[in-house]
Amino acid sequence: MAFNVRKHSNGVLVIEVDGQLIVGNRQELKQRVLDALEAGDRKFLIDFTKTGYIDSSGLGVLVSLSKKIRDEGGDLRLAGLNEDLKTLFELTKLDTLFAITDSAEQALTAF
Amino acid sequence: MRLAVQPLLSALDPLRQAEGLEAELRLTLPSDIRLVEDAVNVVARHLEASFVDRHTIRFNLRVALSEALVNAILYGNGEDDAKGVAVRVLFGRHAIEMEVTDEGGGFDYRYLPDPTLPANRLRPCGRGLFLIRQLVDEVRFNNTGNSICMILRRA
Repeated sequence: MAFNVRKHSNGVLVIEVDGQLIVGNRQELKQRVLDALEAGDRKFLIDFTKTGYIDSSGLGVLVSLSKKIRDEGGDLRLAGLNEDLKTLFELTKLDTLFAITDSAEQALTAF
Repeated sequence: MRLAVQPLLSALDPLRQAEGLEAELRLTLPSDIRLVEDAVNVVARHLEASFVDRHTIRFNLRVALSEALVNAILYGNGEDDAKGVAVRVLFGRHAIEMEVTDEGGGFDYRYLPDPTLPANRLRPCGRGLFLIRQLVDEVRFNNTGNSICMILRRA
């Protein structure tokens, strides 16, 4: 389980969730994004292409980050959700809260 | 971290077998959220070979059991090392009954805000039990509210 962070040429901070986003590691993701927000980053893309599972705590941390980023005038987008993960977003109606694209490339051109 | 307790697998009595439940798997884990993934994997591995629908195991069971275990460890047992979580899974080819019991005082499962309402959608918590209810066919609690039973059925 790891978070791979890179800065794309258009200034978007891309965070790849490799493995799972769950109660045991959600604080790490939150802290990384908050640190970047503090350092001046405003455009964030979380890429779930390599993510097998997101639990309700993981969904919760995305909700709270989305609010914090928006409060700072920034933008958070999500990409690469598999069918099961999409189902979790749909069941909780969080698909209405986030800009979600199929691939990270699509999201990066949309910023 | 590896799961400290090995599961116990046994055959069920003819009465339960008549309900389509052939075997029983029991495990107990300490109140440590790092063990949730291993516990879910142990259960999924045992059931995958016998249950009719693998996707139900990989998705519905995985999500429901993970959420129930996290609730039991965090909110039921308050992550108290001295308290454990008991998991009892009855299963057959078309049905699964999963019971997760903690050592806490229980909670009022009848009142839970709907996390999909616009007023609640920005709240960071309150989606675990909601997801369980969405992903399994039936949910029951004991009177105390410290034991949840989740039932999955597939034809």
